[in-house]
Amino acid sequence: MSESIQLEYTVPGNDFTRAGEASADLKSTLKRLGLPAAEVRRIAIALYEGEINLAIHAGGGQIRVTVDDHQVEMILTDQGPGIPDIPKAMEEGYSTASAQVRSLGFGAGMGLPNMKRYTDEFDIQSTVGVGTTITMRVKIG
Amino acid sequence: MTISQVRDILNARLHTPDVDLERQVHAACGSDMMSDVLAYVKDQAVLLTGLNNPQVVRTAEMMDMVCIVVVRGKQPQEQIVAMAAQRGMAVLSTDLPMFSACGLLYQHGLRGGEMP
Ligand SMILES: Nc1ncnc2c1ncn2[C@@H]1O[C@H](COP(=O)(O)OP(=O)(O)OP(=O)(O)O)[C@@H](O)[C@H]1O
Ligand SMILES: [Mg+2]
Repeated sequence: MSESIQLEYTVPGNDFTRAGEASADLKSTLKRLGLPAAEVRRIAIALYEGEINLAIHAGGGQIRVTVDDHQVEMILTDQGPGIPDIPKAMEEGYSTASAQVRSLGFGAGMGLPNMKRYTDEFDIQSTVGVGTTITMRVKIG
Repeated sequence: MTISQVRDILNARLHTPDVDLERQVHAACGSDMMSDVLAYVKDQAVLLTGLNNPQVVRTAEMMDMVCIVVVRGKQPQEQIVAMAAQRGMAVLSTDLPMFSACGLLYQHGLRGGEMP
């Protein structure tokens, strides 16, 4: 790949049926581009966790992915409520998910820790009342 | 173990008649919380869950899993079955509760995953 590839997705808020479509699309695109299966899986899982968070915690958001020869970068932006205490939110098991969200299988408080675990670089910026931006990078090869 | 052996061990119903049941599976994961499933990647091929919504298929898809087992006698949603069939994944359902289903598969040699 000589030039980088850009992909953009809009994630609707509170739509449990559609959440995951962006991650599934990225996964098949990266497979088609011939990226190694192990990296593709890490990228897909990290983005999927982020996508679910956009849908359930932020009322939706945007995803921008840049693929080039040596890395895949994913930037997730939302205009949701923001995260008041980021270190707390990063703890395994911490969740503010409602009972309804839990009954759908989310709210273990493992999403953000998983995103950090599966990526090589992970950064989260958040302002209460303004929104949240998460940047993740996975190295290729 | 093959998917067809999983079906026999759990006395399960098969909802995706067209998928290949002779695929080999070596590891499994059982949970009703999808992020718990996503925390353990080690070529698990089988997902046992009491959850019955499309995110089960999404989770299995991200993990490259090939077989979903819905436990506790639930009838898998039509949408789950359709999405899984489209992706070549098997959907089984069993009347067994989670613990017994996992225990039986473990007894027959299926194992769990590891944290990365
Ligand atoms: N984009 C976001 N906007 C606002 N709050 C968020 C956002 N992402 C995460 N949070 C907050 O951080 C907490 C922890 O997130 P994390 O993804 O780790 O767990 P969860 O989504 O609650 O459960 P799980 O991901 O295991 O299903 C959430 O419960 C929520 O309070
Ligand atoms: Mg989450």
